[in-house]
Amino acid sequence: MEFLSTIISGISLGSIYALIALGYTMVYGIAKMLNFAHGDVIMVGAFMMFTALTKTSLPPIACIIVGTIICTVLGMLIEKIAYKPLRSATSLSVLITAIGVSYFLQNSAQLIFGAGTKQFTPLFGNGSVSLFDGQVVISHNTIVTIIISVVLMIVLTLFINKTKTGRAMLAVSEDKGAAQLMGINVNKTISITFAIGSALAAIAGALLCSSYPILSPTTGAMPGIKAFTAAVFGGIGSIPGAMIGGILLGVIENLSKVYISTQLSDAIVFGILIIILLVKPTGILGKKISEKV
Amino acid sequence: MAPLLQVDNIEVYYGVIKALKGISFEVNKGEIVALIGANGAGKTTILHTVTGLLKPKTGKILFKGNDITKVPAHKIVTMGMAHVPEGRRIFSQLSVLDNIKLGAFTRKDKEEIEETLNYVYERFPRLKERKNQIAGTLSGGEQQMLAMGRALMSKPEFVLMDEPSMGLSPLLVSEIFEIIKAINENGTTVLLVEQNAKKALSIADRAYVLETGNIVLSGDAKDLMNDESVKKAYLSE
Ligand SMILES: Nc1ncnc2c1ncn2[C@@H]1O[C@H](COP(=O)(O)OP(=O)(O)O)[C@@H](O)[C@H]1O
Ligand SMILES: [Mg+2]
Repeated sequence: MEFLSTIISGISLGSIYALIALGYTMVYGIAKMLNFAHGDVIMVGAFMMFTALTKTSLPPIACIIVGTIICTVLGMLIEKIAYKPLRSATSLSVLITAIGVSYFLQNSAQLIFGAGTKQFTPLFGNGSVSLFDGQVVISHNTIVTIIISVVLMIVLTLFINKTKTGRAMLAVSEDKGAAQLMGINVNKTISITFAIGSALAAIAGALLCSSYPILSPTTGAMPGIKAFTAAVFGGIGSIPGAMIGGILLGVIENLSKVYISTQLSDAIVFGILIIILLVKPTGILGKKISEKV
Repeated sequence: MAPLLQVDNIEVYYGVIKALKGISFEVNKGEIVALIGANGAGKTTILHTVTGLLKPKTGKILFKGNDITKVPAHKIVTMGMAHVPEGRRIFSQLSVLDNIKLGAFTRKDKEEIEETLNYVYERFPRLKERKNQIAGTLSGGEQQMLAMGRALMSKPEFVLMDEPSMGLSPLLVSEIFEIIKAINENGTTVLLVEQNAKKALSIADRAYVLETGNIVLSGDAKDLMNDESVKKAYLSE
């Protein structure tokens, strides 16, 4: 029964990775860049929610919404100020800029909130559900995390496949020139993609801090790297790939923690990534990546 | 009457390479105008510049009397111009129907879009049969039809086509040219880029001959077909 609870909490952790990974993969698919500042957007979102929770009397759900809106705007601003001027620059310049934005966000948070850690409160209470006469105990946090993540993934999938804007995103990710000939505004589409990715990151930040309630300016770094790993694992650029990659990564991480070693779990996760990439360089659902010139 | 499209002395560069060295031509309403020339002459560059994907360093482009030289590419289609690009460039991971619908991206009226969709299906019955298929799995001829159908979805007054016959069997080439003629007879003006000069001249009203970034010859298609230099350079079997 330990196995079952390990899997369930792994799915919960993994669905948080998946939400973050979606931002990486969508931005990569459309702007052909790795936005290494994406993880720090999680941290900014969490700090905004933390501030709203502690400084106002707003209910938790309103605090999440506030944090999400701020991150959505932040994502669009980052794209407009830092990345848009580099649209025709080499990918190395863009990568270095992204790392710069990442440090900028971390240092700004340190300046405003201090370098110390803050104690985040669980957003969905401390309750839990017992199954099989108490052999399996699942916290409300875990359940809510899984439900919110699954709902968001379904909504995103429907949005991409059923709406005009969603199909424009697919068109831009395949061929910017042809998309423009259809009348699609590529800059606007890229901006929308950053907005969606950042909103998902902010919600992921809320779920993450609710389960692992320690907040500091570097809170976003590790989940950011893991989510990036998940995106590559699933096939960078692929939306279902990011979902599957994220959840698998969370489950593998939890299984390694429980059955092998807590210290080694990260090494195992990244080791598996290396093996997968050696066997299938494009990831689980990835298509052949054709570099655009 | 002023021409529908007027290109006035444009120069276009790729980095330091000058691909178009001062090109001027015009297309009048209702015409089929062919642009012929060898591989690398600059035909695709001209079309890309007209629809805004490339910007000229000097020169002007007027469409329906409006200066469109600086208009961004994504606004061109709303002005009544559609571009069937070289190599089709359909969205290979989307369904045939999704590709066709993207052609009407800037249009709002659902009923009118439905009407145009029926017109496109009538013109290309094969697309209707395969509307749910993933576009990347279509044959070359079907992909060409999809690219043309997608362009027609914007209800353009003016269509630019870049080597629609490329890589197709002779039978399909004839079919595609028949369709181009029909589209034109339906009131759409056509600028046709082709390496298949013989076919292009056979349906065109007028033509321009392009050599390494310059227009070297122009005139009625019938006259060019009988021109010795054109015969020798482009029409030899
Ligand atoms: N993206 C590009 N970068 C650099 N040079 C290019 C590019 N595209 C085309 N060219 C060059 O510009 C010239 C004209 O090319 P193009 O317009 O494609 O010719 P055509 O369509 O007549 O075959 C050629 O010399 C070609 O090598
Ligand atoms: Mg060409």
